[in-house]
Amino acid sequence: MTLFNHSAKELQQLLHSKEVSAVELTDEAFRRIGKVDGDVKAFLALNEEQAKARAAELDNTPADQRGPLHGLPVGVKDNIVTEGLETTCASRMLGGFDPIYHATAAKKLDDAGLITVGKVNMDEFAMGGSTETSYYKKTANPWNLDYVPGGSSGGSAAAVAAGEVPFTLGTDTGGSIRQPAAYCGVVGMKPTYGRVSRYGLVAFASSLDQIGPITRTVEDNAFLLSAISGHDPFDSTSFDIDVPDFASALTGDIKGLKIGIASEYLGEGVGEASRNAVKDAIKVLESLGAEVEEVSLPHTKYALPAYYLLSSSEASSNLARFDGIRYGYRAEGIENLEDLYKQTRSEGFGDEVKTRIMLGTFALSSGFYDAYYKKAQKVRTLVRDDFTNAFEKYDVVIGPTSPTPAFKLGEQIDDPLTMYANDILTIPVNLAGVPAISVPCGFDNGLPLGLQIIGRHFDESTVYRVAHAFEQSTDFHKRMPEIREGLEQ
Amino acid sequence: MAVITKDQVKHVANLARLAITEEEAEHYTEKLASIIEFAEQLNEVDTSGVEPTTHPVPLVNVLREDKPSKGLDRDLMLKNVPEHEDGMVKVPSILG
Repeated sequence: MTLFNHSAKELQQLLHSKEVSAVELTDEAFRRIGKVDGDVKAFLALNEEQAKARAAELDNTPADQRGPLHGLPVGVKDNIVTEGLETTCASRMLGGFDPIYHATAAKKLDDAGLITVGKVNMDEFAMGGSTETSYYKKTANPWNLDYVPGGSSGGSAAAVAAGEVPFTLGTDTGGSIRQPAAYCGVVGMKPTYGRVSRYGLVAFASSLDQIGPITRTVEDNAFLLSAISGHDPFDSTSFDIDVPDFASALTGDIKGLKIGIASEYLGEGVGEASRNAVKDAIKVLESLGAEVEEVSLPHTKYALPAYYLLSSSEASSNLARFDGIRYGYRAEGIENLEDLYKQTRSEGFGDEVKTRIMLGTFALSSGFYDAYYKKAQKVRTLVRDDFTNAFEKYDVVIGPTSPTPAFKLGEQIDDPLTMYANDILTIPVNLAGVPAISVPCGFDNGLPLGLQIIGRHFDESTVYRVAHAFEQSTDFHKRMPEIREGLEQ
Repeated sequence: MAVITKDQVKHVANLARLAITEEEAEHYTEKLASIIEFAEQLNEVDTSGVEPTTHPVPLVNVLREDKPSKGLDRDLMLKNVPEHEDGMVKVPSILG
């Protein structure tokens, strides 16, 4: 049993009535991690000493100075730098890397009174859809330990699903928050590009990356997004606009709201279980008074190839900084600078990362730039226009988060195109920069499925309102996987 | 014609400062070819007259006040440097 089947609001009440303290909640996180993480393998580094000291401090904060997340434990994806807490991006390249500052999102967690208990696993440099490309460990899906948790924020989703922590931060470049959230039966939000500062997020594809929350409930998610959002002078792509109290949008009322169901999201390449779960979700939304109609996003199919060219091109440039000179892994016994670069990068990066770097270098290289990179940028415009057109008529667009539920560990790791295809329904959202959430909407053979709700730029409020109304009319979010608490690892 | 040849893969690896063995060159030629072939379907899309998108939410000239502020402390910056001497980052000899 874990305390973290409670919502933030319930935990806050327990803290307020002094039935539990922040120290006890932190102890509970480490106890639960100790009991189940030997099986789930979500955590890479624990922050036990600092977390406990911080919890003791937070217990002394007067009640009127506490926000909705005060004194609660949180896990942070390992590509978000945390001062004094090892940050590896699940790569050998950054083994032992000890950040000298906090990412803005990590600092905002501190400011909100959250307690960072540790760093969670991911695909190496966030490149992958199963968390299997991590150099350190393979995280398991808490619903069935033989299955992947999804990726790249697989550790973030699995840690919440397993009740190790009530919330985590993930990052989403092509679906890396929403797809693992769907696979693990939790709530994951990719905010509008520019909503959350990327300062201190180790860059993968800078025009696509966003940090976002993974939680058990929609309300918790809204609290956490309000806490981490906002303009940051250290990230000039973060937007200087007001951050709403997203939780206040959760009215339960979606009467008259216009919802488009993307016909391409129920088409080719999408499995029956995902289609049926979304069809059932439509009935729920209609019963709540929403008007649901089909809408076409005609360039959906081309988003995936465009994304691989663009994200890999950006990655090839971003990852040039890892050269063994200023931080991270350095190859030994090399006499000459150029060989030092090459040897360091060859030993420090894994197969998928090297693949993407080379793909990106190729797409940007002389003679191929127009045919690949520039062509993909133009297709990106068309994908974005699909959403702009849809949002002229609809308040949100919905579809499945992923074509299928989670697959078995080891099943797709040697087949890149099959692995990439798991993201066909999440990638268009990143190309367009719009916000989207995944909420639990069903099960197939005991594995969770996710409903994706996509909104207009900076209209996370409506996305949350629909997600919350749906959640409150269903009971999928109340189910937890049965994980036996094993012996202390 | 192959979308990418083994020689091109070796060239690209060199540009990206990756050392790859002959065996790896074959592996990456196969892997990259399958991805690039898949990407070729973008040619089906008529993009004449379409402007490229470089940024999902347009932003123009983000300026700040021209006020100097303190950077990070040098000793702190050297914390993760694999090799350094007298406050400077050390690299192998550049001129052979």
